[in-house]
Amino acid sequence: MASAAAVAEHHEHTHYTTTGLDNRKVAIWAFIGSECMLFVSLISTYLIYKGKSIVGPFPHETWTAPDGHKFNAILNIPVTTQSTFVLLMSSLAMVLALEAVENTGKPGYAGKIRGNASFWLGFTAVLGMTFLGYQAFEFTSFVHEGLTIHTNLFGSSFFTLTGFHGAHVTAGVLWLLTLMSISMKRGLTQKDALLVDICALYWHFVDVVWIAIFTLVYLIK
Amino acid sequence: MNDHAPHADHEHEHPTWKQYKWVALILTLVTVVEVWIYYTPFKETPYYVPTLLVLSAFKFATVVLYYMHLKYDHKLFKALFTGPLIIAGCTALALLALFSHLAIPE
Repeated sequence: MASAAAVAEHHEHTHYTTTGLDNRKVAIWAFIGSECMLFVSLISTYLIYKGKSIVGPFPHETWTAPDGHKFNAILNIPVTTQSTFVLLMSSLAMVLALEAVENTGKPGYAGKIRGNASFWLGFTAVLGMTFLGYQAFEFTSFVHEGLTIHTNLFGSSFFTLTGFHGAHVTAGVLWLLTLMSISMKRGLTQKDALLVDICALYWHFVDVVWIAIFTLVYLIK
Repeated sequence: MNDHAPHADHEHEHPTWKQYKWVALILTLVTVVEVWIYYTPFKETPYYVPTLLVLSAFKFATVVLYYMHLKYDHKLFKALFTGPLIIAGCTALALLALFSHLAIPE
């Protein structure tokens, strides 16, 4: 009886696969690969429609409407630079969260901030929420300045691209908060490292997508 | 062989805490350079866009290789990421070429 329970427990914690790799990690990489194609298609759409808008506001140029109303260039580079920095730092916090989980209880980690997975997961989530706050501010200011998803081709492609990215960040924040609550409730150990690793891969992917968006949408005129 | 296989994806080495911080510093510095050249006359030169694309690609690769551990990970993961990325890149280039050269002006 005890032997059967031990065998059952053994099977619960090990997954034998033909590749020798955990299926969950293979799945997240396949998912990330498919997400690459999604975001590249959205970025391509933005680039194709770039400069094709008939009416403003425009991303980098001023525009005067037929009624004489003048619109400034709409993209705010200083604000977006700050949000980019926040997202880059969230990736650092994420790798430190993974390292904390992988080294639970080891000398140099136990009882120290670098070994506190809950802290790093929570910190990453807070940075993610800060990024979303910046995006909400940006979207709101654009709408106040007269740019909505219906205004012109720039508005349609810009809000679709950055909106999809923001939705992915939101999903990542929820995932991080879930892991943090598990960590606070029962603690995460080396056995749970793969769970954090998968979340980390998703989070870093969201970061690399923003690296591309920041350059292609905001910095290149 | 298969007895140890489930842990194969965890048997790679990872960067250290110090390396992670260096990577973050490098990413920050490259971002600062990107934004700095945006505000300089360099922006008006033909080298501006290629420079930004190279810097962006460098940041992209750094995050993927070090933070996502692809440099140290199994080749199947590399294939799962680079394969779709290449397909996506080719699709993007094809679309951009089609719409820039074949579009009929009104």
